[in-house]
Amino acid sequence: MMLIPCPWCGERAQVEFAYGGDATVKRPADPASASDREWHDYVFVRDNPKGPLDELWYHAAGCRRYFRVRRDTVTHAILASTPLPEIT
Amino acid sequence: MAGQPFRGDEGGLIDRERPIAFTFNGERLQGYAGDTLASALLANGIRLVGRSFKYHRPRGIVSAGAEEPNALVQLAVGARTEPNARATQVELFEGLEAESQNCWPGVGFDVGALNGVFSSLFPAGFYYKTFMWPASLWMTYEHWIRKMAGLGRAPVQPDPDRYEHRFAHCDVLVAGGGPAGLAAALAAARSGARVILADEGADFGGALRGLRATIEGRPAMNWVRAAVAELAAMPDVVLLRRATVAGYYDHNSFVVSERPAEHMAVPAPFQARGRLWSVRAKEAVLATGAIERPLVFGNNDRPGVMLASAAQAYANRFAVRPGSRAVVFTNNDSAYEAALDLARAGVSVAAVIDAREDPGPAARRVREAGIESIPGHAVINVQGGRKLKAAEVMAINGDGTACAGGDWRAIPCDLLAVSGGWNPAVHLFSQSRGKLRFDDRIAALVPGESFQRERSAGAARGTFTLRGCLAEGFRAGAVAARAAGFDKAGEPPVPDCDTQAETPLRPLWVVPLPKHTRLKRFVDLQNDVTAEDVALALREGYDNVEHLKRYTTLGMGTDQGRTSNVSGLGILAGLRGKSIPSLGTTTFRPPYTAIPFGTIAGREIGHHFAPTRRSAMHAWHEQAGASFIPAGLWFRPQVYRRPGEGMMDAIYRETKSVRTTVGMIDVSTLGKIDIQGRDAALFLDRVYTNNFRKLPVGKARYGLMLREDGMVFDDGTTTRIGESRYLMTTTTARAGEVMRHLEYCLQVLWPELDAYAVSVTEEWAAIALAGPASRSVLERVVGGVDVSNEGLPYMGYREGTVAEVPARIFRISFSGELAYEINVPADYGAAVWEAIHTAGRSFDIIPYGTEALSILRIEKGHVVSGELNGRTTADDLGFSAFLSKEKDFIGKRSLAREGLWRPDRKQLVGLIPVDKKTRVPRGAQIVEDPDRETPVPMLGEITSQCYSPNLGHPIALGIVAGGRALHGRTLHALSPVTGERVPVTVTPNVFIDPKGERLRG
Ligand SMILES: [Zn+2]
Repeated sequence: MMLIPCPWCGERAQVEFAYGGDATVKRPADPASASDREWHDYVFVRDNPKGPLDELWYHAAGCRRYFRVRRDTVTHAILASTPLPEIT
Repeated sequence: MAGQPFRGDEGGLIDRERPIAFTFNGERLQGYAGDTLASALLANGIRLVGRSFKYHRPRGIVSAGAEEPNALVQLAVGARTEPNARATQVELFEGLEAESQNCWPGVGFDVGALNGVFSSLFPAGFYYKTFMWPASLWMTYEHWIRKMAGLGRAPVQPDPDRYEHRFAHCDVLVAGGGPAGLAAALAAARSGARVILADEGADFGGALRGLRATIEGRPAMNWVRAAVAELAAMPDVVLLRRATVAGYYDHNSFVVSERPAEHMAVPAPFQARGRLWSVRAKEAVLATGAIERPLVFGNNDRPGVMLASAAQAYANRFAVRPGSRAVVFTNNDSAYEAALDLARAGVSVAAVIDAREDPGPAARRVREAGIESIPGHAVINVQGGRKLKAAEVMAINGDGTACAGGDWRAIPCDLLAVSGGWNPAVHLFSQSRGKLRFDDRIAALVPGESFQRERSAGAARGTFTLRGCLAEGFRAGAVAARAAGFDKAGEPPVPDCDTQAETPLRPLWVVPLPKHTRLKRFVDLQNDVTAEDVALALREGYDNVEHLKRYTTLGMGTDQGRTSNVSGLGILAGLRGKSIPSLGTTTFRPPYTAIPFGTIAGREIGHHFAPTRRSAMHAWHEQAGASFIPAGLWFRPQVYRRPGEGMMDAIYRETKSVRTTVGMIDVSTLGKIDIQGRDAALFLDRVYTNNFRKLPVGKARYGLMLREDGMVFDDGTTTRIGESRYLMTTTTARAGEVMRHLEYCLQVLWPELDAYAVSVTEEWAAIALAGPASRSVLERVVGGVDVSNEGLPYMGYREGTVAEVPARIFRISFSGELAYEINVPADYGAAVWEAIHTAGRSFDIIPYGTEALSILRIEKGHVVSGELNGRTTADDLGFSAFLSKEKDFIGKRSLAREGLWRPDRKQLVGLIPVDKKTRVPRGAQIVEDPDRETPVPMLGEITSQCYSPNLGHPIALGIVAGGRALHGRTLHALSPVTGERVPVTVTPNVFIDPKGERLRG
């Protein structure tokens, strides 16, 4: 079981988290003007890279924050863990 | 009760003062405290302990540890019975009952042994070849095979024992408590590191328990006892006995299976029988030892053929003579010590046969002890069936591929101790994703490149001398502690141990057959896989290791091939003319040894399988005679039956009361989410399909949520309870999912919004009051609010008091009747419920449960999980009007897909049986013409159905292709499960009060 460093709570066991998917996927800023292809790719298409991947994790049984984890999909090594950018 | 004819008078780690009575196959026998079942059986002269899996050949005890392939027994009777226990690891206790497996009617005469007579019918891959056709008979075959093969019987009664889970963190986990593991634990613990040392045995010492080794001139077990005492005195050291490190997982997490009460017939009160440890270790030392390899020759499975180290351990550790007259057969030095120890224990050792031409000093030592040494030879066959009679010996040629012929000789013996070299127990290392390397020096796989934070030490990495094990253990412990941050960890000096010069082993994966013979040479004893099976599989094209394994089942028994995998690999390499490393290896998977289901389940069984959520009014419901139904983790009242009242009668009574007088229901389980912030309205506009920005304070609105792919996600009402504050409700089932979705939207998609969401489900008790008399009841308990139709109109919201408790009052309705929902702080829920119920007495108020609620909502055509199945769109459900055209919302862009608007999509409809009598079968398929030739096109399915007591006939909801255009048509609801077929008329989905006049009244 992986040990995932939450930027707010520290290292916690994987069971406390829910997977949030590829963090690099961006929702089109104006969906109405997105092409069918762009929208289709956003909703359905995900890369499945072998190696480092930036992904979202949700600390469901903890602080309820989403954050970004760079994880190697081959080795499961956690390479980085950062909060999402704050906008105030 | 017989004596113990094969027990020595002195020595061994057994307590002769504590005799122990046990039974084996019904025979009453005696052993001593400290025995295993295997050692006690051998002490009593019992060699035949079971039958093999496929051929039902007689089998005896092969090993003295976890690698045992043969001596599997059924333990105990009744609820505590346990199959597949290894007799070599079962500690003897008073009253132990054990039985052989794999034999019927008994181990001595076994009907299945005929399989051996006809063994040419059971070649490699026989399952695949024989039982392929016809497929319909497979179930019959399997039943027959299972009965013949047996593999023990699972208990049929509930497990009476208690199991636990524990979580632990440490700086250094040491797996294995032999010399290397103890040394590692000492070096690490002396630096102050938190250490967990786990060993599968009843006590520490590992192989030293079965050897006559010395440390500093004294018995090695003295050093072991001192080391254990020192570790036990340290506060940050945890010593786990009878605890197998069974799994090595990501990020240095481990599963340890502890068996604290395995050595007792019945655990002490409150004692766990099994305990599963989840350990997170900063660093690990793998000191798991090595497993001796058998040799593969003709009839090498006969009872009496035993690993040399096992024979040695029985002699030294248990003072048991595993035979009267022994022959030793080896390709390496270690078996010579075994020969000498057997002789010391009083076994007459006839000869040591060595495949090597020049065994060196070891051979001299046995000759000095009067034992014949026969180099350059091999045992090519044994004589005897249930009991070994003689070993047949022949010279073999230089490369081990053929018998030299000529000097055939049979040496009488009843024990043949064999050693084919040693395999380091690299299972945990391999599980950790470390890369294995083939070491030619010992002809075995050893740990290569590490993947996780671990290091191997001692025999586990191919170091077999005691001095080497201690030195590597000290080093590994110190290195691990330093890596965990204990900079000062040092290596204690290595004590003096007697060390003999070694002559390298000669790899011998299979002993050649003498000319014109066809003898069975077993590679995998548990699954009855022979060298010939490996050759056959190769001829049939299974030349890859993984394929070979699955085709022949080599290594796939409960012993996971601990004694057979590497030999199988060696044989395959020989046949293919390739080197072993070039073939690759199969993967070692957790667990190392089986973990009982009870241990895996722990305390999470029965009532504790999942947490129970109860509303604040739960006790009242219980007293009122409610039966409960699980809804997620919640338990909701299903129906309140009166004494003598039938289940359906009660449900229909409750349903009618709501439509004619008044009922109350606990709706605390609905998800409640408090949403606040300057942008709260904007946020709601983006997550709901309909508009919320113009919703005034004090008003509620139905809201529909989609997923980004355009399918309906959830629905509920959301009320504006303040200028920038909203209360959202969700379905009971999706409360958690919706909360997570909102957090995703707020944190990931739109962090710029000033909006915050928090779940307040537990903070509020919620009561729905529904029916024509609901207002009259509410008026009796409400304070500070005008609840008339003008003061609190439909979809209105007010704050006031109910039963003098501050309350939120919503005029919303799920039943379709005039209705209110009252939220009060959860602590007051029971009191307010009680007060409302008391106030409602003169109006014949009744509590109603989820069954009545369900009928009421089907009558009103409301959708729940059956309809919100993740594949329906808003339009499918008739909710197009809720899709705002003025704004974007989650899922809107996906609605531009033409396919989501096809007229033949499955749409929500009502269905009424044509005869107005027959219930529509649950989950039925809907077809147009059930009598047409198959395949009959499926138009849709029933999603909800009930009998409507208010209408007096059955009704149903369903999703039907193009259903809205079919109102008035007759279709057929077919249930392939029950065989029912019911003609149904398609109708709109709202059966009662379609204009909604009642709820606005
Ligand atoms: Zn956190």
